[in-house]
Amino acid sequence: MRKSLWIHVAFQLGALVAALLLTTLILVAVGAPPLGAYASILRGAFGSSSNLENLLISWSPLLLTSAGVLITFSAGLWNIGVEGQMVLGAIFATGMLRSLQDTGFPPALIIALGILAGAVGGALWAGVAGALKTFGGVNEIFGGLGLNFVSTALTIYLVFGPWKRPGTGSMSGTQPFDRTLWLPSLPDMQLSPWSLALSILAILCVFLLLRGTHFGLRLKAVGKNSKAAFLMGVPTWQYSLFAFLLCGAFAGLAGAIQVTGVYHRLLPNISNGYGFLGLLVAMLVNYQAIWAAPVAFFFASLNTGSVQLQLLYQLDSSFSGVLQSFLVLLVLLGEGARQRFLKLQWKPRWMRTPS
Amino acid sequence: MDVELRDIHKTFGPVRASVGINLSIPAGTIQGILGENGAGKSTLMKVLSGFIRADSGEILLDGRPVLIHSPADAIRHGVGMLHQDPLDFPPLRIIDDFVLGRAGGLFPDRSAAAQGFRMLADQFGFALDPETYVDSLTVGERQQLEILRLLWWGARVLIFDEPTTGISAVQKEKLFAALRLLAEQGKTVLFVSHKLEDVEGLCHRTAVLYQGHLVGEVRPPYETSKLVEMMFGKAIEVEARNPCPGQEITLSLKDLSVEDYRLKVRGLSLEVLSGEVIGLAGMEGSGQGLFLRSVAGLVRTVGGRIVLRGKDLTGRSYHAFKRHGAAFLPASRLEEGLATGLNLTEHFVLAEEARGFLVDWRAARQLAQKRIEDFNIHGTPTSRVEALSGGNQQRALLALLREPLALLLLEHPTRGLDVESTIYIWSKLKERCRQGTSILFISSDLEETLHYSDRVLVFFGGKVTSPLDAGGLTSEMLGQLIGGKGAPELKPGKAA
Repeated sequence: MRKSLWIHVAFQLGALVAALLLTTLILVAVGAPPLGAYASILRGAFGSSSNLENLLISWSPLLLTSAGVLITFSAGLWNIGVEGQMVLGAIFATGMLRSLQDTGFPPALIIALGILAGAVGGALWAGVAGALKTFGGVNEIFGGLGLNFVSTALTIYLVFGPWKRPGTGSMSGTQPFDRTLWLPSLPDMQLSPWSLALSILAILCVFLLLRGTHFGLRLKAVGKNSKAAFLMGVPTWQYSLFAFLLCGAFAGLAGAIQVTGVYHRLLPNISNGYGFLGLLVAMLVNYQAIWAAPVAFFFASLNTGSVQLQLLYQLDSSFSGVLQSFLVLLVLLGEGARQRFLKLQWKPRWMRTPS
Repeated sequence: MDVELRDIHKTFGPVRASVGINLSIPAGTIQGILGENGAGKSTLMKVLSGFIRADSGEILLDGRPVLIHSPADAIRHGVGMLHQDPLDFPPLRIIDDFVLGRAGGLFPDRSAAAQGFRMLADQFGFALDPETYVDSLTVGERQQLEILRLLWWGARVLIFDEPTTGISAVQKEKLFAALRLLAEQGKTVLFVSHKLEDVEGLCHRTAVLYQGHLVGEVRPPYETSKLVEMMFGKAIEVEARNPCPGQEITLSLKDLSVEDYRLKVRGLSLEVLSGEVIGLAGMEGSGQGLFLRSVAGLVRTVGGRIVLRGKDLTGRSYHAFKRHGAAFLPASRLEEGLATGLNLTEHFVLAEEARGFLVDWRAARQLAQKRIEDFNIHGTPTSRVEALSGGNQQRALLALLREPLALLLLEHPTRGLDVESTIYIWSKLKERCRQGTSILFISSDLEETLHYSDRVLVFFGGKVTSPLDAGGLTSEMLGQLIGGKGAPELKPGKAA
């Protein structure tokens, strides 16, 4: 047992080192000093209090999407549609705020209803993917991918059509909401303690759900072997569908937070890739919700830290995505290699028994 | 082409599938390979056709040793195999399927292929239109397509794995005629079957396998009783039978009909008493599996009624059956029975009725520990199920069953287990019987069926005998019934 744990750690560290090596190679290839670049990422993430604030602002939605995706992963579902579910959350939240902003309701109520509407919107969009999978036999990867495109088109239609700013619509989004409808932030800061608290609460809930409840265990059983789960009495398709709805609700919350707490309007690129990044986080932590928070934090720091690369080295800020993707790929690769190593199934040709 | 197998060994983990097999088949022969399920027939054939590599041994074609490491190697040497389920491409047209896999160029020469196809089809009298789609064909026609394809590829040794399963009598005649023609042309035909009648009617000689060993070769005229004895091995010394049927009727089936794409079981009526054990005998795929799953509520019936403890459950879901006290244990333990990746404790929590929202892990671990001791499972509460041996997985499955149960439905409860585990598992099952649980079980082990059943139903091609009193049966009689040869006094037909 001990030994296999060490092997596990060794493979994970190996993957991390290999990912750094590969990114370093790319940095060298484009002519940027690797050490300087890494230092600037660190500075960009942790160098000042406002950098740290940005880091926490992007941590929140990532935590929410990761939390959602962990649920569908546990149920054995590849909910690629999480990106679109986040977008629908943003759209529903915007819609709710727009329709209530002139009613004279207390702002706190309007914000709360907006966030709730976001969760409902995300859940509904996920429900479509789930229903397609359950009743239509459409693989959730294809269904989700298609729905992602639809959600993007819907946003652009709204931003340039019915919800456009006075005058002409623009890529900068809809007319910002009145300050009273902004999710309250800390004094002199953009960071909202509400969104931070909500996302931490979400990941805690998912952690407890998967670890300690009958629901979580049954969900895992469905994911590991749905036939066996069915024979043991678990209503399998209902559980799959419910996993979609829950994941969609979390993703929708992420979208709603982007609208109410960060941008205060609907943007064409409101999801900012947090859905996909959530998938990467969930893959990296391999179903273990407890690791999702630190890994999401690490990913968020790469995201915010790499913003400065543009100014210093003319590197696009999406460079962080390169490192993140390498990391996920290599960790998955390392996991595959580890399992082969442990089973000792794989032997070089010359070691196999001759026949 | 002459085929010779020399000292072929193959083991899968603890299972010895081929043990020192020596077999030599001259060209122009139809060689029968007979044996019960799991006797090692398919393994041996897959070694010859390159799907499996033997642990040791030699294959000689026309006297020359050859290395066959893949099906592609095999076909290059002229060895082709027809699998039990046709390996074709249902969404393609026949001609595309025919061309597929043949080496040569970027653009397949369809017209030459079509010509070759027609010529071969005419030779064998197969009426196949190369432009129709494969999924519109019957199983028999798909076999014909496979035969033509292998011949076009240049096969001179053709292996048929249980080719008469799921085809009509007319198509069987056509198939046999084709096989005889192949033999006349000097091709070597290996005919794998567990059906005595087919082997007796077709094969020039027959090798019988039993538990991975070649127990002997037989030539016509065949003596059915001798084949049966070789096929099922010698009778093992059995302990006293221990029937304990009660008085009430647990399960009542009235005129039950169930079918799938290849089989129809019609009009089966049966009343099972509490504590009674009913064995379902028959070669795999004869309808017993379908029947058992329909009684579990897993397969929708097409007619008749299922009444469990006085409650009509016809057309209800498996979960409804489960709520009314039925339990089903599948044969494929890791595919359907247990969830790989979860440990024993988690399985026990899943199997029990959920109380409350949160799992009480302490209680769960205690329960797991107790059941592990009760059922003598070699493992700990945190052992993952895939780490257990087959016997321990089966014990775990039994340990997962709730109490009390009205009806227990088992698929091959002791398949792949050693004698000790088998006896242990049956002692646990008999315990259930004494508590009033009725058992229906499928087994391909004749001794097991005879020894533990009170009554036996024999399935053959979807037909079912009336319930036979196990006490009045011998393994020889049962073997003949399973092979489709009804002993006259038993009259297989529709069940009473």
